Amino acid sequence: MIRLENLSKNYNSLRALNNVTLEVPQGELFAYLGPNGAGKTTTIRILTGLTNKTSGNAWVGGYNIETEAVLAKRQCGSVPQLLNLDEELTISQNLDIHCRLYNIPRKRARDRVSWLLDYVGLADRHNSPIKNLSGGMKRRTIIARALAHEPKALFLDEPTVGLDPEIRRRIWGLIKKIQQDGTTVFLTTHYIEEAEFLADRVAFLSEGVLVALDSPKNLIKNIGQHAVDVVGRDGIETHYFGSGEEAKHYMSTQDSQLTMRRANLEDAFLRLTGKQITC
Amino acid sequence: MLKGWFAIYYREVLILWLRRRRYIATLTVSPLLYLTAFSYAVGDNFNATNHTYIEFLIPGLAAMASMLESYSIASEINIARFYWKIFEEFQAAPVSEAAYVLAEVAAGVTRAMISVSIIVVLGLPFGVFLDYGLLFWFAIILNAYVFSTLAIIIAMVVRGHADQFMLSNFIITPMAFLGGTFFPLDRFPEWVQFLLNFVPITHASNAVRSAAFNQQVASTSYVILFALGTIFFLLAIRVVKKARD
Ligand SMILES: Nc1ncnc2c1ncn2[C@@H]1O[C@H](COP(=O)(O)OP(=O)(O)O)[C@@H](O)[C@H]1O
Ligand SMILES: [Mg+2]
Repeated sequence: MIRLENLSKNYNSLRALNNVTLEVPQGELFAYLGPNGAGKTTTIRILTGLTNKTSGNAWVGGYNIETEAVLAKRQCGSVPQLLNLDEELTISQNLDIHCRLYNIPRKRARDRVSWLLDYVGLADRHNSPIKNLSGGMKRRTIIARALAHEPKALFLDEPTVGLDPEIRRRIWGLIKKIQQDGTTVFLTTHYIEEAEFLADRVAFLSEGVLVALDSPKNLIKNIGQHAVDVVGRDGIETHYFGSGEEAKHYMSTQDSQLTMRRANLEDAFLRLTGKQITC
Repeated sequence: MLKGWFAIYYREVLILWLRRRRYIATLTVSPLLYLTAFSYAVGDNFNATNHTYIEFLIPGLAAMASMLESYSIASEINIARFYWKIFEEFQAAPVSEAAYVLAEVAAGVTRAMISVSIIVVLGLPFGVFLDYGLLFWFAIILNAYVFSTLAIIIAMVVRGHADQFMLSNFIITPMAFLGGTFFPLDRFPEWVQFLLNFVPITHASNAVRSAAFNQQVASTSYVILFALGTIFFLLAIRVVKKARD
């Protein structure tokens, strides 16, 4: 459904994206995990036609994003990190303009909009101007807008940044539902729990380079699921073990302060790149 | 090829409709000031044509207003692009650059026609009844065509709002005063008159005024405006394409 082949992007002398190759099959919920500045937004912008690539190739729904740009764009729904809704207009008006942009017949557009507002739980607010909505409602509106033309692939750039934990869970539920209804989802995040909770597969991106790509479970298993934090003179040092026994054995040989916990994607990222995802 | 242009135009009109009261009030104030101030200041001392000064002024104001209003889409585009990022919604949509330019030109023309309608109405209590027929409106539309395409180019090329302000201050405002809007060109020195021939607003005032006065059709002016607008239109498509970094 989504394919990148040696995709690269330079901003002047900065290599924001460096030969990224990956493939996301239809129906997958794929997460792009990396710290700020890793190149996540750049990737989405290239795939959705907002930024030109420097080299390499990419396809969405089988269409080349450069040579078949119009067809490729029809396959993409996009939820940018910055909510670019028309603040003065109502939810319905925002969605209506989107349907017109994608040339959806009028009656079908009306049915689709009312169905979507139900779907994201905003039916009772359809006449509210965007400026009167909360952050979570705006996020749901823009997700509904991105789905209005029934895209095959939905791109979400940091969909829960700045939201309360409770609202974040609600958005997660919505994203899962969208995937279950058959849409391929490509999301970027720098939240560990988000990737771990949502994604079928996770790609680690660091300074424009794809470092690893696997299911969250495998990524963690590869470094060892059992982490032991050792408090030493130069801060905390973490050791990873494949089994609980090994970890316990190791702990019994040490006499400094120790804690044992389950390893997470942050550990895996740190192990592979030497860098923290969250600062 | 032009699919989706109406969506973008429709959005501009919807926003204008929401602001209609403020918008119309804003458009009324400055022509009203010019009409009252200049009619007292110049009054009977005007004998350049066999028309009163107010009659001379109304087509000039119409040319100026259609220029300013169609050019004003530049700041709307700028805000939509750099502040609200709505422009990205259009870039992501399967809509061609030509469709985008067409939509913004249509928005510029709409604004110009609203502002000129207000001026025509304001002229009535001053006893100004001119020929506001097809040729008059055609000249207004061509003028709006030139300045809305110019506005798109400038909005795409500049980086932010401050640059935009600079450009309009140095290009648009001088044109508004000099291009045969408030005073007949023959009052200026010859070399100024010569230079003003290269300024589109001069041709707009000329075309608008000769239509309103029911004089011989200023066909050269129409042709120049149309040609210039079309050159800008094609350039605008190119710069919109380049607006993707
Ligand atoms: N328009 C731009 N011009 C110059 N540099 C940019 C531009 N957009 C992004 N960058 C740089 O490219 C790198 C990747 O940015 P981005 O894709 O936004 O990262 P992320 O979304 O992972 O935080 C960063 O170093 C950023 O500063
Ligand atoms: Mg980003």
